[in-house]
Amino acid sequence: MKNVRALTPTVLLAAGLLVYPLIFSGPFYLDVGVTFLLAAISASAWNIVGGYAGQVSVGHAMFFGLGAYAPLLCYTLFGWAPIAGIPFGIAFSVALAVLIGLPTFRLTGHYFSMATIAVAELIRIYFGTWDLVGAAIGLQGPATARGWWDLTFRSELPYYFIFLAVLAILLRVTFMIERHRFGYYLRAIKAGERAARSLGVPVQQVKIKALALSAAFTSIAGSLYSVKTGFIDPESGFGILVSVQMVIIAALGGAGRLYGPLIGALILIPLQTVTNTWFGGGGTGLTFILYGGIIVLIARYEPGGVSELWEQVVSRRWRRKHAS
Amino acid sequence: MLLLQVIVGGLLLGAIYALFSSGLTLIWGMMNFINFAHGEFVMLGMYVSLLVVVWLGGGPAVFGFASAFALFVLGIFVYFSLIRYVLRGPMLAQILSTFGLALLLRYTAFWIFSANFVSLPQTSLSGTINVGGILMPVPQLVAGIIAILLTVGLHLMLTRTTVGSQLLAVSEDRGAAMLMGIRPDRMQALAWGLSAGAAGIAGALMAIAYPWSPSVGETFGLTAFVVVALGGFGSVPGALIAGLIIGLIQALSAFWFGPIYKDIVVYALFVALLWLRPQGLMGKA
Repeated sequence: MKNVRALTPTVLLAAGLLVYPLIFSGPFYLDVGVTFLLAAISASAWNIVGGYAGQVSVGHAMFFGLGAYAPLLCYTLFGWAPIAGIPFGIAFSVALAVLIGLPTFRLTGHYFSMATIAVAELIRIYFGTWDLVGAAIGLQGPATARGWWDLTFRSELPYYFIFLAVLAILLRVTFMIERHRFGYYLRAIKAGERAARSLGVPVQQVKIKALALSAAFTSIAGSLYSVKTGFIDPESGFGILVSVQMVIIAALGGAGRLYGPLIGALILIPLQTVTNTWFGGGGTGLTFILYGGIIVLIARYEPGGVSELWEQVVSRRWRRKHAS
Repeated sequence: MLLLQVIVGGLLLGAIYALFSSGLTLIWGMMNFINFAHGEFVMLGMYVSLLVVVWLGGGPAVFGFASAFALFVLGIFVYFSLIRYVLRGPMLAQILSTFGLALLLRYTAFWIFSANFVSLPQTSLSGTINVGGILMPVPQLVAGIIAILLTVGLHLMLTRTTVGSQLLAVSEDRGAAMLMGIRPDRMQALAWGLSAGAAGIAGALMAIAYPWSPSVGETFGLTAFVVVALGGFGSVPGALIAGLIIGLIQALSAFWFGPIYKDIVVYALFVALLWLRPQGLMGKA
C-alpha cells in the first residue's frame, strides 16, 4: 500500500505527459510540449551536478552546444544521418567535463562556476570564428528526410515521444542515483565537503563522475534540439541564456530533487510562452528581465525552490490539523 | 613604432581593468564571494556618465563622481537587500543571487538603452598628443592614468587607514572583529559600496575613451574574473599588475591575430591558469 502511494505522482505524471499530445494536438500546443520536454531534459541533466552535488555550473551550454553541433557536423561533413553524431557529442562533452573538473574541483565552488562560464564563452566565441563549423552562420541539417533515420519529421508528434522517452530514461537514472551509494556521496559533498572527505568519500572522483554524467545527458539534449530544428549556430548552442535556462528551471522547481526540474519547466515554459506571445518579438528582452528577477527572488527567499515551499505549506497544514 | 603604440594602448586599457577588478577582488578577499554582476556595475557606470553628460552637462570630473557615487549607493543597497541574506546560505543561493542580478541589470539596460553602441558626446578631453613618436589619444591617456592612481589609492586606503584596517579585520576574523567593536555588517556593506563604486568610476573612465553597449557588462565581468584569477584572489596589487598584463595581452593578440581573438586568448589564459597556477601570480596557495 505504501509503495502504491509513493508511486502515485509518478504514474499521474507519466499518464499526463502521455495523454497531453492526444488532447492538445494543435501545432502550437505540441510545440509548447516539445519545448517543455527539452527544457526538462536539460535542467534534469544539470540537476545531477548542480543540484545533487551542489556544484553550480553556469556554463552547461558548452555541453549542450557540443551535443547540438555533433549531429549536424556529421551530416555536413560526411552526409551521415544526424543521429550518428550523438555519440561524438557525448564523447567530447565527457572529455571536456573531465578537463574542467580536474583542476576546478580541487578549489572552492565559486571557482567551478567561474570556470564553467568562462569556458562556455570561450567555445562560443571560438565557434563563431571557426569555418569548419560554419562560423557565425552555423550548420544546417537535411532539408528533406532521406529516410526515417534522418529523424526529420513534418509533425512535432514523433519528437514529442522521442523526447519523452529520453526524459523518462534520464529520470530513471537520476532515481537510481538517488537510491545508490553514489547519490549519498553526492549529498554528503553538498552538505559539507570536508566532512564528506573525512568520512572517506572520494570527493574529487565523485564530483568528476557527476559532472561527466550530467555533461553526457546535457549533450544528448543538445543533439535532440539540433536534430529537431535542423539548425544550430553559436548563440543557440553555446549562448549564456542556454545555461541560464537550465539553472533557473532546476532552481525554481527544486534543485537536487528528482522532479524539481520538471516542476520548474512546468512553470517557466508556459510563462515564457505567454510573455513571448504578449510582447511579440521585443518580448525576448522582457523574458530575460523576468528570468533575472525570478533567479534573484529564489536566491533571496527560497533557494529550495517551489518543491520546498510546497512541503513547508503542507507540513504546516498537517501540524495545524493534528494540533487541534 | 606601431607595436609600441599598441603596447601603450593595451596598458592604458589594462589600467581600467585593474581598477574595476580590484573591486571584485576586494569582495572575494573579504567574504569569499564572487559577484557575477560586477561587469554590469561597470556598464551601469558608463550609462550613468552618459545620462549625466546629456542631462546636466559637466566635464569628466562631474560624471566621474556621479557614477562613482551612484554605484556606491547601489552596492550598499544590493548588500543590504540581497547579499546579506545569501552570504551564509547554500552555494546555490550565493551564486544565483548575483547571477540573477547580472541578468536583471543587463536586460533592463538592453530594454531601456537598446542594443546599439553609444559613446559620450565630445568632452573637454580630446585630441592626441605625441610622446616621443607615439601618438596617444588624450582621453585614453587620462583615463588610464587616473585608473592607476585610483587603484593605488584603494590599496593605500585598505592598508594605511583605520577604515581599511577594520575592513581587513572583518575579513580575517569576523568574530574577533566584532569583539573589537567593529560591526561586520557595516564593514561588509562598505566593501560592497567601495567595490561597486570602483566599478562605477572605472565605467566613467572607460566611457571617456571607448564606445559601448549593454552587452559590455558580460565581457567586463569575465575579464575581471581572469584578472582576479591571475592576480590572486583578494589582492589589490595583484589585480593592478594582472589588469595591466591582461590589457597588454588583449592588445597584442588583437594586433597579431585580429580583433576577434582578443577575448579568446584571454579566456584561454584563464583556463590555463586554472590548470597551472590556480592561486594566481601573487595569491597565497
